[in-house]
Amino acid sequence: MASLSIRSLGKRFGPVDVLHDINLEVEPGEFVVLVGPSGCGKSTLLAMIAGLESITTGEIRIGARRVNEVPPRDRDIAMVFQSYALYPTMTVRRNITFGMESRRVPKAAQAAALARVASLLQIEPLLDRKPAQLSGGQRQRVAMGRALVREPALFLFDEPLSNLDAKLRVEMRTEIKKLHQTLGKTTVYVTHDQVEAMTLASRIAVMHQGRVQQFDRPRIVYERPANMFVAGFMGAPAMNFLPAALATVADRPCVLLPADGAAPVALPLPPVAGEAALVPGRRVILGIRPETIGLAPAAGAAATVEAVAEVVEPTGPDTMVVARLGGRQVIARFDPDTAPDPGDRITLALDPSRACLFDADTHRLI
Amino acid sequence: MPYPQAGSAGPAAIMQRLRRLPLTPPLVLAPSLIATLVYVVGFALWSAWMSVSTSTLLPRYGYAGFVHYRALWSNHRWGIAYTNLFLFGSLYVAGAALLGLLLAILIDQRVRAEALWRTVFLYPLAISFVVTGTVWRWIFNPTSGVQHLVRSLGWHDFSFDWIVRRDTAIYTVVITGIWHASGFAMALFLAGLRAVDPDLIKAAQIDGAAMPRIYLRIILPTIRPLFVAVLVILLQFAIKTFDLVLALTSGGPGIATTVPAIYVYDLMFQRGQLAEGAAAAVMILAALVVVLVPYGMWASWRRSRV
Repeated sequence: MASLSIRSLGKRFGPVDVLHDINLEVEPGEFVVLVGPSGCGKSTLLAMIAGLESITTGEIRIGARRVNEVPPRDRDIAMVFQSYALYPTMTVRRNITFGMESRRVPKAAQAAALARVASLLQIEPLLDRKPAQLSGGQRQRVAMGRALVREPALFLFDEPLSNLDAKLRVEMRTEIKKLHQTLGKTTVYVTHDQVEAMTLASRIAVMHQGRVQQFDRPRIVYERPANMFVAGFMGAPAMNFLPAALATVADRPCVLLPADGAAPVALPLPPVAGEAALVPGRRVILGIRPETIGLAPAAGAAATVEAVAEVVEPTGPDTMVVARLGGRQVIARFDPDTAPDPGDRITLALDPSRACLFDADTHRLI
Repeated sequence: MPYPQAGSAGPAAIMQRLRRLPLTPPLVLAPSLIATLVYVVGFALWSAWMSVSTSTLLPRYGYAGFVHYRALWSNHRWGIAYTNLFLFGSLYVAGAALLGLLLAILIDQRVRAEALWRTVFLYPLAISFVVTGTVWRWIFNPTSGVQHLVRSLGWHDFSFDWIVRRDTAIYTVVITGIWHASGFAMALFLAGLRAVDPDLIKAAQIDGAAMPRIYLRIILPTIRPLFVAVLVILLQFAIKTFDLVLALTSGGPGIATTVPAIYVYDLMFQRGQLAEGAAAAVMILAALVVVLVPYGMWASWRRSRV
């Protein structure tokens, strides 16, 4: 088990800067997920940690050792690839032991390691098959076995579940989490799926345009996103963004939310970090998660707004309602029993204590 | 009927109905199947029949038994030609495949001006065997080629006279053949190497394998089907070699570089011994069978093991 330090790391492909000033400190035993849309640089960052891509600026340390110039095989890492990258002409057994053979591990030790991993992943019956004879989930297991057998200082996963169907993906996700809890190895995991990131990570690094937007525990990333990109990327359906302004009503700071045809609604202030920034009249964006919007029992209560339900989308456990509020679309997550019908006039109860305020210009969390 | 047919006319509907007919696939395949049957199987059988017939200058259909085979095998020149076929065939196929593979691996290392190298090495294939043979005859010729060049540079006892020596002339044919075909093998192998999933190589690098081991154990086994394709194509090049030898050595010195194709041509069209020529042609086919049947058995044995 080892820590991983990434310091002021940059990567340039010709004239294109793909990574800018990446700083991540991963504690021993942590499960860090790099998440972001495609092209954000997360896979490049992982390849640089693995040593498969060169480093333009900055440094990477695994444990205390600087590994910038260390070739992949000497970095004490193991990696699971999106395509699994199983050697097609070798049996599962040879796939798993190939690395040990390359490192001239004694035969007896190889057999012991193989047996340990095969029983851990329950792939004993598959050992003499070729990769082409395995299902997607089995290949995934073998790919994990090949990584696990090394007992590396650092595990790297490059979108390992994205080639699986939805059901299997959820099963394997749980299994990976269970494995991490059992083995406690330092892990860096790349995905574009924010649900995978939320469920697996001990900390999430949200990346966008070659920069780390936020690096924190999943709950913080979800509840206190550092900026509007993170807020919009994490969570489905995405957070609602409503333009609003700060004001002082009855000596108390509040958020003025424009409403349909009527006077703006004054909402109590969401939790903010910097009280000093609360200048009346400042333009802000109010971020509200769909699940923090409820149906008010009666109009006129505190923190309620009038809206019209436009589209109703049942998903089973919840019903999503797209409503029009102050000229903007808002998505709310309702209990199926209480969900309105399309066209209904409804009163939405907002929960300011679970909302976020962003600067209208910088899009950063206030 | 899964779809309503009433009133459906027009080209689209007709095409749709055509596609449902079970006859369509055989119809589409028929021309090439018939051509193959007539020209490959039919004429091979005809040649086999001719080889046991009483034909001389023109085909005659009386049965003569195996006299022509006996005559063929008692002929010293045929013995040399048949030996040359195996010697040239094995060295040429192995040499062109290995050199092609080596070139492909070198070009696969992301070299500069890759397209230029590919063109340079593939270019010999665009040159006909006659031109190739003629040019290489000049190169091998002691009085005009390499030997002359090196001697005129000052090494007066340098000697490179393979083409005029009976025991080495066949190797000049091998070298010329390899020069001609290795670029073609390279192009095929390069395409195969490029199709290998780059993640496999990354995984092997992390697994601690050095580059030679990655090639030997992972990349080359992955493109094994390509080896078969390259070998089969080269093998048929080797067996029908005719104009290259004719242009390079004319089968000489003496009869040292005669190959069966020349021998067949000679008997059939120069000496009017159609039956014995056919017997020689059947022996070429037999040589092919000797190579391909064991391979076919080995391949099906492998398949049954998987």
